[in-house]
Amino acid sequence: MSLNDLIFLLPEIILATGASLLLIAPVTGLRDSISAKWAMIALLIITAGSLLACSWAVPGMEQTAGFARMFALDAFSIFFKLLFLFVVAIVVLLSDDFLRESRYSTWEYYSLLGFALCGMMFMASGVHLATIYIGLELLSLSSYILAGYYKNEQKSTEAAMKYFVLGAVSSAILLYGISLIYGVCGTLNLLDIARALSTVVSNDALMFGVILLACGLCFKIAAAPFHVWTPDVYEGAPTPITAFLSTGSKAAAFAIFVRIFYVALPGFHLDWSMVLATVAALSMIVGNLAAITQESVKRLLAYSSIAHAGYVLMGIVAMNVMGLRGVLVYSFVYVFANLGIWSIVLMMKRHEYAGEKVSDFEGLHSRSPFWAFSMFVFLLSLGGIPPTAGFIGKYFLFYAAVQAGFGWLAIIAVLMSAVSMFYYLRIVVAMYLRDGKEADVTASGALKFVAAVCVVATIVFGVVPNDLIDQVSSSAKGLHNKGAVTRNATR
Amino acid sequence: MANYSVLLVAALIVLSVPVLTLFIITPLIRASRANKVKLEPYECGVPASSLAFDHRFSVRYFLIAVLFIVFDVETVFLFPWAIRFKQLGLFGAVEMAVFLAILLIGYFYAWKRKVLSWV
Amino acid sequence: MTPAFAVFLIVGTIAVASSILVISMRNPVHSALFLLLTFLCVAVLFVMKGAEFVGAVQVLVYAGGIMVLFLFVVMLINVRHLPDEKVLSNFWKGGFAVGLGVFILFVAVVRPGVYHDEQLDKSRLTSVKERIWTESHKNPGTYTYRRVHRTNANSEAVGMALYTDYLVPFEVASLFLLVAMIGAIVIGKRELSATEEETAQQFILERVETEKEVKEAMSA
Repeated sequence: MSLNDLIFLLPEIILATGASLLLIAPVTGLRDSISAKWAMIALLIITAGSLLACSWAVPGMEQTAGFARMFALDAFSIFFKLLFLFVVAIVVLLSDDFLRESRYSTWEYYSLLGFALCGMMFMASGVHLATIYIGLELLSLSSYILAGYYKNEQKSTEAAMKYFVLGAVSSAILLYGISLIYGVCGTLNLLDIARALSTVVSNDALMFGVILLACGLCFKIAAAPFHVWTPDVYEGAPTPITAFLSTGSKAAAFAIFVRIFYVALPGFHLDWSMVLATVAALSMIVGNLAAITQESVKRLLAYSSIAHAGYVLMGIVAMNVMGLRGVLVYSFVYVFANLGIWSIVLMMKRHEYAGEKVSDFEGLHSRSPFWAFSMFVFLLSLGGIPPTAGFIGKYFLFYAAVQAGFGWLAIIAVLMSAVSMFYYLRIVVAMYLRDGKEADVTASGALKFVAAVCVVATIVFGVVPNDLIDQVSSSAKGLHNKGAVTRNATR
Repeated sequence: MANYSVLLVAALIVLSVPVLTLFIITPLIRASRANKVKLEPYECGVPASSLAFDHRFSVRYFLIAVLFIVFDVETVFLFPWAIRFKQLGLFGAVEMAVFLAILLIGYFYAWKRKVLSWV
Repeated sequence: MTPAFAVFLIVGTIAVASSILVISMRNPVHSALFLLLTFLCVAVLFVMKGAEFVGAVQVLVYAGGIMVLFLFVVMLINVRHLPDEKVLSNFWKGGFAVGLGVFILFVAVVRPGVYHDEQLDKSRLTSVKERIWTESHKNPGTYTYRRVHRTNANSEAVGMALYTDYLVPFEVASLFLLVAMIGAIVIGKRELSATEEETAQQFILERVETEKEVKEAMSA
């Protein structure tokens, strides 16, 4: 490597330095002069600026370059990194009330969020399984701590505990898979793995490694049957952290999932596609059916996020241009709809876990029609109903599955989307048709801002999706061309 | 393989010391006139009030232990760097300085949060 | 049977036996000690495979550090007041079946012959190129650098790989350790709010008082 490579790491270096400064700021007496929230927002903006500057200064850095081929700053990673930065900025805005009400230290909270973001950025940029793994672990460890941030609440501690134990087991499984892949291929670099695989015909050790790897990743994206942690963790964690886990952390896991399978393992597509298709179908069925009976909004959204992991997996199973774009579009629109919903949930909530039942939403329309309407839009987007952005994402994924010959999977997906409308509409019915006295919104400016941004984005990207699709196509290009070349070489 | 047999012999010698002293030599040469007081755990001459497990340890021990692990792992990283110090040169030194600096931030934080002081 | 194979059989048997004892001991301290034995046996196995560095890490970090944590946790929870439950849980048959299945799968899959050039890997992981300052062969009396290929140098090889090619993961690992440290402090330390931190003296006094009260209550 050369010192020039450092420029590719600049955003991460800035972010890690900033997060460390946030950590030691309160103990050095800076606490009173600046507010943690704005320091964090400023850090995120500087990081985003440096990321854009780097990508502009070094256009289209190939996947092969950078730090002994460990790290890439290609369009794909920039797309995801900007998405992550946006998610974390929103989560910072959502966290405001939670931190003010509680006595938990603010600076560490933001610092941990910063380190989690750092891990996500390494995941998005990693083109080597070692980088991807350590990034994933950095994200996971920060998430475990953040999930248990309500230290005095039993639920929160329990959530952190379950998340940690199951997460550690899944990491072990993931590592075992990686080690088997290394054993067969002799390398951890994704492109080299693809090259090594072009000479391997069929190998059960490799297949076993790939399946273990997929198991580990499926745990991280909360796909069935590796989903059992999701409802408990989402319910117990502080709501802003739940928002983070269900959007940012999930999108990061999608990013590495896509990169590993599209870049390293396309030559092996026939062998793993059926396994992942089964997992996708299971996730959609289990997630959507289990969500119907939930009373808690957080659990309902947890099951719905399991189902969404299933939809996204379709894009990976399909292994074509549409599928790849679908994963990116879906991650993007899902982030907006989900963050919007969480901001509304936070508006409803008064203290600790109150305001998290479906019945708490009764009569929201008569009290504050605009927020009820926003919630309606977000739910439509999650359900994939046309004028909203969610439709675009689902369109890409379903089309990709049909194109790749997974018609049965697309049929299950459509059926399950219909089922999902049932429980999304339960909230809508509660808001519009039931009369309740409890549904009172006490929102801070930050929450209103977040909800408004998300509702505008959800509608705008749903009505005029062209810009988004163009952006996604150019972001996905580098990844898929590489994959296609390797695949043709093997066939 | 041959060079590890030395290690094996060394391990056997090390293991034999506690086994010999505790279980073989001492029982042979000591006088065994046990009574109740002698068999009790020694607590600075004061009569033992309870068993060792009766009290919970403070969570502060655990904090110290976690800090110990972190710096233990850091030592593990220092070791392969130290034996290739010359070949890695300035680049390696800077790299290790960054690594240590990041951990020192944590140390500084722990210090300022009064984790290290025992109040 | 070579001596190495004999050592492998002995150490491997001890490792398996002690790991079974870890989960079947009723007293957590005994479990922890058997876990220590397992770690040491695994370290021996690593060394026998030529991975000296991993063996050393196994002893330093696992047998040294992780064991300390285990014992602290055992002391943190009140082991004497654990419920007297059966060692085997109600699901042991199912668990045993799953474990056996996975074991058979591993045996079927993880076998020699399916991997890439093992010899190459072995030489890459246990040897380094080095320049040593020695007397020249051609003109005795003058000293030059000579390139040598040194074998049995696993730690050196790991060092070279870790600090050149694996630079990025290595530095991220330090961030990871930092987060682990913050996590332990955030979770383990009693939270002081901003006002409490300002009046920390008062706060500490209050706590000392309560501890004294607790002690008095216990001695009574």
